[in-house]
Parts: sequence; C-alpha cells; structure tokens
Amino acid sequence: MPRFGLSSLLVEMLRAARLVTFALAVLGVGRYAGAQDTPLLSGGVGFFTSTNGGNTTYQPMIQPLVAAPIGQHLLIESRAALIETYAPRSNGLSGYDHTFFGALTYLQGDAILTPHVTLVAGSFLIPFGTYNERLSPIWISNFQDGPLISNLGLMSTGTGVGGMLRGSAISRRKYSIDYAAYFSARSGNEQFNSERSSGGRASLYLPDQRLEIGFSYNRLLQEVHENFYGAHVWWEPKDTAFRLRSEYARGHHAQGYWIEADYRTQAFGGLDSFIGRFEPVFRMQQTFRRDTQVSDGLPLVNTQRADFGLDYNLPHNTRIITSYARQFSSTGNRNIWETGIVYRFLFPAWKGKSK
Amino acid sequence: MSLKRPLFGFLLLSIAAIPLIAAPQSGSQPQAAQQTGVKASAKQKAEAKNSAHQDEGQRVFEQNCSRCHNTPDGFSSRISGTVVRHMRVRASLSQHDEQELLRFLNP
Repeated sequence: MPRFGLSSLLVEMLRAARLVTFALAVLGVGRYAGAQDTPLLSGGVGFFTSTNGGNTTYQPMIQPLVAAPIGQHLLIESRAALIETYAPRSNGLSGYDHTFFGALTYLQGDAILTPHVTLVAGSFLIPFGTYNERLSPIWISNFQDGPLISNLGLMSTGTGVGGMLRGSAISRRKYSIDYAAYFSARSGNEQFNSERSSGGRASLYLPDQRLEIGFSYNRLLQEVHENFYGAHVWWEPKDTAFRLRSEYARGHHAQGYWIEADYRTQAFGGLDSFIGRFEPVFRMQQTFRRDTQVSDGLPLVNTQRADFGLDYNLPHNTRIITSYARQFSSTGNRNIWETGIVYRFLFPAWKGKSK
Repeated sequence: MSLKRPLFGFLLLSIAAIPLIAAPQSGSQPQAAQQTGVKASAKQKAEAKNSAHQDEGQRVFEQNCSRCHNTPDGFSSRISGTVVRHMRVRASLSQHDEQELLRFLNP
C-alpha cells in the first residue's frame, strides 16, 4: 500500500466516501425497507506494541470495513487501514518519531450472477493462499504480524485492480470445491496501486474430515514475467477448538512456508469460561532464498522463526494478543516481543426497521 | 535451494503436528430432533424441520465462518442479510449454504 501525506489522504478518502455515499444513497432508495439488508460498519480498533531487537514501537490502528448491499444481487464493500506508528529515533537520538499511514485496503463491487459465479470488480484482495483474504484483518489474525511469506504471490501490493470471478463450483454433503480467478491491470493510482497480473486459487473442502486443501497460481504480466505457486492445508478436527493452518508459497526468487496451530479448551466450562478464553498459539515458519535478487519482501537470507503466542478472548469481541518469537538467520538471531489488544465492532450503518 | 527441502519440511511438520491434537471433546452441536415410535404430530414435524434447518445452518456457520474468526458476541438482525452476503463472497458459499446461514442467524 502506498504512503502519502495527510492532505492527499483526505482528498482520496473524500473521493472514496463520495462513492460509498452514492452507493448508500442508491441503497436507501431501493432497499431501505429491506430490514435485514441494512448496510453495516465493521472492523477492528487495536493498540499494538512490538519490541524487535531491543527497539519498541507503538501502533494504534483502525481497520474499518463497510458493506452495503444493493438490491438482491449486489454488494459494495471496502476496508481501510489507518495506522499511527511511534518508533524510536535513529542515529542515537532519544525520543520517538511518529508516522501516519492511511489507505483503502480494497474497494470492490460484488455481483452475484448465478448460484456458482460471483463477479467482483474494482480493487480487490488478490486470492493467493489464505492469509491475504482470510486472516489479515486485525480482528482475525492470531498474531500481530503476518507470516514472513505473506507478500509472496501478492504482486507487492496485495490488491489487484480489475475483475475476478469466484464462487462455489461444487457443493455436496461430502465435499465442496470453490474457486477464484482474477485479472488485474497495472495501476499507478496512489490509492489503488496494482501490478498487471492474473491467477487464481482452487480449494477442496472435506466437511467430514474438516480438511481443506487448496492451490494457488499467479503470474506477473509486466516487466520480467514471474510465476508464483502456492498450496495451503487447513484442518480443524470436529468438536474441538483446535485449528491447524499452513501455507507454502514459491516465487521466482524465494520460497517458504508457515504452519500455525491454536487451541482453546472446552474442558473447564466451555469456551466462554475463564480458562476456555485462553488461546495458546504456535507458528513455525521458514523462508529460503533462491537467488539474491530481492523483489518479494522476504528476508534477504534464509530465515527460520518460531512464534509462541498466548491470546485471551475477552467478552464483547475484544482480544488480547501476545507473542514471543525467536528468529534465526545468518544476519543475526533476534527476539521479538509483541502485545496488543483488539476490539472488533459490528453494527448497522444506520437505524433500520426490524422485520 | 531446491524445491524439495522446504516442501519436505512443510509436509513433515504438518504430519508431526497431527498426533498432538487433543482427543475430541464432548460435541457442542445439538443433535437433530429424532422421531421414533409414535407418529409425530404436525407441530412436532414442524419443530423437527426447524431444528434440522438450525443444525444445517450451524454446520454452515462452523465450516465457513468460525473457521477463520471468532463468533461475534451478537449483532443486530438488521444487518444479518448483509453479513451473509459478505460471507457468501468472501467464503465462496453456495446459494444453499447462504440460505441456511441466513436462516440460522434469523431463527
């Protein structure tokens, strides 16, 4: 996502707000009486600290999300990120510097064309692996920072500007297959930056085994054309609060994987008991460089990292996220301590009528 | 670096983690109403049908929503249709699953 000044941010936000307001106005005329289809405001508010190699940074953050249905088959949705970062001054100076980052993460329109096909147009999250689309919101992620390979296959921006077809190809009692295929044009727009690329993802889900296996492929279609391959395996044993998630990604210059496991016990009064709200999390990840050309955001040298986390799920959609990570590489080993608290909000954008 | 080494490590760690799983604990899903013996009345049939829909909706919810994120503590029924439509796109729900999820959120 691009960095820019506060004034240009406000201009861009106003443009986006006008678009959303227009969508909401159309909705208000056509669907206000549809009580269950009231537009929603959701997202997360968090405060994070991270101590990496002895330097502590502080990050208040807001990730708002708006979703507004239009008629029976359309949906406009958008997510933004507003982050203020306080980091120690460099060059031995005391005190902190702070920087502001704000951007729309995506702004897309969804048209449900058939029971199996949904057309997505606009600026959308690139469907590669699972992290970008499913786990990147701060109110979902178990760790404060994403996996080391999270940039691989995302064309450096994480978003595409163009179109995508996605949906459920087959849905049976024993298995289901879903897919996503996209094309993105190159865009130099400050707010909707993207590379020319195409690709997609297909996943097989086995409900009885609670097992999901998926494959992703993306191709960069500008300058040096590069291919990216990905695979993911998710497993959640039935009737347990255990989750195992993993991803492998291979790019032109580097590859790597991560495996994450989290668990909440139901043995001491259920998930909402004092004990049941604790959520130990573990993540193992490795990256491997294939050459010394750096264009993918991965570490410059082969890196191994183990994250040990302990989250606590408070009532009222609030989570405390803590973790300790030990990172090993030839450039030096380091400890990373992270803590944070996140509140997830979800409410109607305006007062409607209940059915 | 060849492809085999990280891929092998990835698969090995995936397999090694499986035995660490705790044994399944008591089920949290309510069982579908069962009609045995005496012929059920129309009311019982309606209740059983409703219960079956609830179970189906709960299955859809657990398999598509709570796999990624915690269940929200609660939200207004006014936005349940919007939530479900968002989930249909994000989780690539089938039309049937979308309807069951909507019914589950609006019993």
